[in-house]
Amino acid sequence: MALTSRRAGRRRLRRFTRRDLVVLGVLLGIPVLLDLVIVWGPTLASIGLSFTSWDGLGDIHWVGTDNYKNLFTNYPPFWPAVRHNVLWLLFLGLIATPFGLLLAVLIDRGVRFSRFYQSTIYLPVVLSLAVVGFIAQLILGTDQGVVNTILGHRENPIDWLGDADLNIWMMMIAASWRHTGYVMILYLAGLKSVDPALKEAAAIDGANARQTFFRVVFPTLRPVNVIVGVITVIEALRAFDIVYAVNKGRNGLELLSVLITDNIIGEASRIGFGSAIAVVLLIVSLGFIVTFLVQELRGARDR
Amino acid sequence: MSADISTGAPPRPAAAPVTVPKSRPRKGRWGVHIFLTAVSLAFLAPLLLAVYASLRPYEDTAQHGYFSWPHHLSFDYYRRAYTESGMGKYFANTLLIAVPAVLVTLFLASFVAFAVSRLKLRGGLVLLIFFTAGNLLPQQVIVTPLYVLFNKIPLPWWMSDSLMMYDSYWAVILVNIGFQLGFCVFVLASFMRTLPQEIMEAAIVDGAGVWTRFWHVTLPLCRPALAALGTLEFTWIYNDFLWALIFISNPDKLPITSSLNNLRGQFFTDYNLLAAGSILVALPTILVFLLLQRHFIAGLTLGSTKG
Repeated sequence: MALTSRRAGRRRLRRFTRRDLVVLGVLLGIPVLLDLVIVWGPTLASIGLSFTSWDGLGDIHWVGTDNYKNLFTNYPPFWPAVRHNVLWLLFLGLIATPFGLLLAVLIDRGVRFSRFYQSTIYLPVVLSLAVVGFIAQLILGTDQGVVNTILGHRENPIDWLGDADLNIWMMMIAASWRHTGYVMILYLAGLKSVDPALKEAAAIDGANARQTFFRVVFPTLRPVNVIVGVITVIEALRAFDIVYAVNKGRNGLELLSVLITDNIIGEASRIGFGSAIAVVLLIVSLGFIVTFLVQELRGARDR
Repeated sequence: MSADISTGAPPRPAAAPVTVPKSRPRKGRWGVHIFLTAVSLAFLAPLLLAVYASLRPYEDTAQHGYFSWPHHLSFDYYRRAYTESGMGKYFANTLLIAVPAVLVTLFLASFVAFAVSRLKLRGGLVLLIFFTAGNLLPQQVIVTPLYVLFNKIPLPWWMSDSLMMYDSYWAVILVNIGFQLGFCVFVLASFMRTLPQEIMEAAIVDGAGVWTRFWHVTLPLCRPALAALGTLEFTWIYNDFLWALIFISNPDKLPITSSLNNLRGQFFTDYNLLAAGSILVALPTILVFLLLQRHFIAGLTLGSTKG
């Protein structure tokens, strides 16, 4: 992104022809407009609507921060949903992501069949989360589910997906099934671009494998770490399909995304209220997005 | 930082990537193999079990459980899943959404990426941020206003039989394009940055306009990146669940991921049938992955391995 720094001054004189300007105007204009209408406009509108009460049809009433007060004090599913989202984030961040990194490091050592390992571990990533949800039901179901059969609980099965204390864990495991492969592929690409000389130098200095990895290799993976971090956070905040496919996100599977969806397409559409939940989600994710962009900008400036 | 971006194929683990310390015994290797094999099997198991279940009649599994020897095996459930849920129609719906969405996204995104990374426009960085950040927002943040908006936009009959943007493919296609643009711009811009600048300079000397420099000079060099992104985007849009759930109300227009619900009975769900349905839904993405694995992985890693 050397638009301002490198040779900008010398280049500026080379003007675009009128035809060039038309091409630029149209082909930049359309995507910008589209992104404004589809992404940024609605984001701002969500913030605005969160201070109103509206059923989508009648008049819009300004209610100030009432939606937020209700949300925090008077809406039973809210705090469980927040807790589940946080749990989801911790689970992906502390278990699935490090596991993906571990697999990447092992595969990167150049063992035989690495191509096979890589493909099979990556395979779940291409499945839709809805399908993952159905497969989870097949495996964890009460009547003839595989897990209950293996555990010998056919008479008195554990309700993995129905028990409000257990099901969120099962969903997180299922989500990790996909997340791990994704993280692994990203790290594999990152590891392959690490200069082998670095590792050699570390080995010559007498560093063991662990020291080499944590002190030498891992720090050079910073760009990948940033991306993986953002993906992990975003996945955790976006989690929706999988719980929705299992039980529409009820009974222990409440998530912020589900609450928003329920408030729009549920029986009573409470658009203002749904927007307030969306704003909470927005604020949390913005924190991470800004971190990511700052990293990117810094990288861009160095380039 | 090295600006290493894998193009078509992810670089093979170069001839001798790590000088394996001589002292490292064989045993470590075996441990790694056993561990990786176990993980691979664990990752494959759910899919294999779904395939296995889908091949067996309900009575068989009801009596013996899913984890038992089969007494009958047949592809009957696949036939039923296909016909009972009307999967052919839903598959066509998905293509109707995914194909235009992917093509338009790639086209628009590659131009934005070109402008941002190759033209040295002022404000290019702002543009890049504008798109990239948009893609990172959770979908639910933008879903409510879009729902309201689409309910207010009338469309002529020939475009949508609901006479509205809501409940039409246009809504889903447009949202997919708008939402995926950010990711594609981000990836393509970082790819184009690695192309040699001399080519552009030569084109400028030849008097090539912006369009020629984009379409005839830059795009042909981006084929690997476009193939990779196209594969990836197609799978994502194919797998999408939320947009159609919210913007489509006519059950006949739903895409394939939603058709699985048709296989659930009201009182009784035959999970073997559902398994067959799930496999059928997953099959195109699995095939795409197996056939175009390289592109797929390259697509995912294009954006991430830059310095």
